[in-house]
Amino acid sequence: MSAEPRTIAELARALRTRELTASAVTERCLHAIAEQDRLFNAFITVLADEAREQARQADAEIAAGRHRGPLHGVPISLKDLIDLEGTPTTAASRVREAHKAVADATCVARLREAGAIFIGKTNLHEFALGTTNEDSAFGPARHPLDSTRSPGGSSGGSAVSVLAGMAYASIGTDTGGSIRIPSAACGLVGLKPTIGDVPTDGVVPLSRTLDHVGPLCRSVEDAAIVYGALCGVPLRPPTPAPPARGLRLGVLRGYFTALLDPDVESSIEQTHVRLREAGVELRHIDVTHTDEIAAVYTCIALAEAAAVHAKTLEHRADDYTPNVRLRLETGRYILAEDYLRAVRGRDVLIREIDAAMNGLDGLLLPTLPIPASVIGMPTVRIGGSDEQVRGVTLRLTQLFSVTGHPAITIPCGRTLSGLPVGLQIVGHRGRTSALLAMAQSVEPHVDADSIASAGCPPRRSDFSTS
Amino acid sequence: MTIDAWLEKVLQDAERRDLPALKPLLEALARSMSALRAADWNDDVANGNILDMRTTDVR
Repeated sequence: MSAEPRTIAELARALRTRELTASAVTERCLHAIAEQDRLFNAFITVLADEAREQARQADAEIAAGRHRGPLHGVPISLKDLIDLEGTPTTAASRVREAHKAVADATCVARLREAGAIFIGKTNLHEFALGTTNEDSAFGPARHPLDSTRSPGGSSGGSAVSVLAGMAYASIGTDTGGSIRIPSAACGLVGLKPTIGDVPTDGVVPLSRTLDHVGPLCRSVEDAAIVYGALCGVPLRPPTPAPPARGLRLGVLRGYFTALLDPDVESSIEQTHVRLREAGVELRHIDVTHTDEIAAVYTCIALAEAAAVHAKTLEHRADDYTPNVRLRLETGRYILAEDYLRAVRGRDVLIREIDAAMNGLDGLLLPTLPIPASVIGMPTVRIGGSDEQVRGVTLRLTQLFSVTGHPAITIPCGRTLSGLPVGLQIVGHRGRTSALLAMAQSVEPHVDADSIASAGCPPRRSDFSTS
Repeated sequence: MTIDAWLEKVLQDAERRDLPALKPLLEALARSMSALRAADWNDDVANGNILDMRTTDVR
C-alpha cells in the first residue's frame, strides 16, 4: 500500500486491513489544512479535536473487528449549509452568526452511522446563492491550481478541500449546479442525485423544490460509496466497472454547445472520440424549449429563495453580502403568475428530457462552458462577446436541477493553461445508481492523464502562490 | 399586469428603497418573465388551448 491512498476505496482497504489508522489519516488532513488553508480559505470551521476523537473511536472499533464499511474512519468535509450537531451552520453569512445546530441533518446522521469523520465545515457562496464562492462573509475560497481563480460554487470550499488533500470527500448541495460546477472547475467527480434521493432536512434551504444534496469526490467509485451512505442504503459499485461497449448515449447539441470556451470544446470532442473508440454509441440529440431554461430556473429559484429570506431581508438586510442581498430582493418582485408559468415550464422540461433519453442510457454534455473564472471578474469573454459569469456557469447544469434528473461530472481533460474540464453525464430520473454504474464504465475512457492529475491531491509545486 | 407596467413599478420601488443597483437585475428578470409569457406551454382559454398537464411531483 502506498503511503497516501488517493481515493476512499483505496483508503478503506488500508483502514480495514490496519495498514493505516484513521488517526494517522486524519492528522494528514489536518496538516494539509494547517499548511494550505490560509491561502485557499476552504474551511469556515475546522473540527480538529472532534475529528481526532472520532478517528480514535474508529480505530478502536476497527481493531475490535467492528468495521462498519468503506466510510469508516474516512475524513470528509461538510458544506457549511448542512447541520452538524453542536456546531454553527453559518451558510457563509453574518445573518447566521448566532446559530448552533441542535441536531445532525439526516444526511449527516447517516454518514455518522457509516463511520465517517467530520474534519470541518467548508466555505460557500453565501446561502448557496452564487456560482463563484466570492460572496461569502468569510471571504472567497481560492482555486488550489491558481489562487487568482475561483474554485466555482456554491460548494467551492468543498471542492478545494478534496482537491487539496484536506478531506477525502465533501458533501455539497446543488440547486442550479453547485456540486457539479466546483467539481468540474477543480477536476473532481461531483454527483447531483435524482431529486429527493437524499433528504434535505437540516440543510439551509435555497430553493425548496430544487435543492439536492450530494458528494464531491476523487472517483466515481467514491461518489457511489458516499451516495450509498447518504441514502442510508450502502451501495457498492460493481467491481470491475461494467464495460462501456454497447452504451447508448445522446450528445446534446445546439444550445448546449453554442457557447463554449475553445479548450473546453476541444476536450469534449476528444472525449467523444475516445468513447466511440471504446464502443460507446453516440447519437446527436436535440431538445426544444432550451430558450426558456434560464427563465424557468430563475423564476423558481429566486422566488423560492426570497420566500425563505423574506423575514431577514426586512430586518437584517445589511448582514447579507451586497450581491446576494440584491439577488434575493429581485426574487421578491416575481409575480405569482410568472412563478406558476415557470412551474409549468418545469413539467415541460421534464418531459423534454425524458423524451430525449428514450432508448438511450444517458445524455452527454460539458459541465461548465468555461474553465475556472478569475476572482473579481463579473464577465468572461466567450464566443466573441462578454457574458456574465453567473449565467455562463449555470448554463449547462441548471436544466437538470430543474428537472431532477441525476447528473454527474467527471474530469475529462485540461485547458492549455492546465485548468480542468468536466464532462457531464445525465441519467434517467429515479435511477441514480444506474447513472453511477454508467459513469464508472465511462471513467476509464476519458483522458487518463487528466484524471490522474486532477483526482490526486496536487503537488505543492502545482499551487500558485500569487 | 404587463411586463412594462410591472417593470416601471418595481424600478420605482427599488428607487424608493434606495436600491438603484437592483435596476439591471430587475431588467434581466423582466426578460425572463417575458420569455415565460411567450412560451408555447401557456394556457389560452379563448382558443381552447389548455394543456392537459398536471404538475409533476418533482420529488
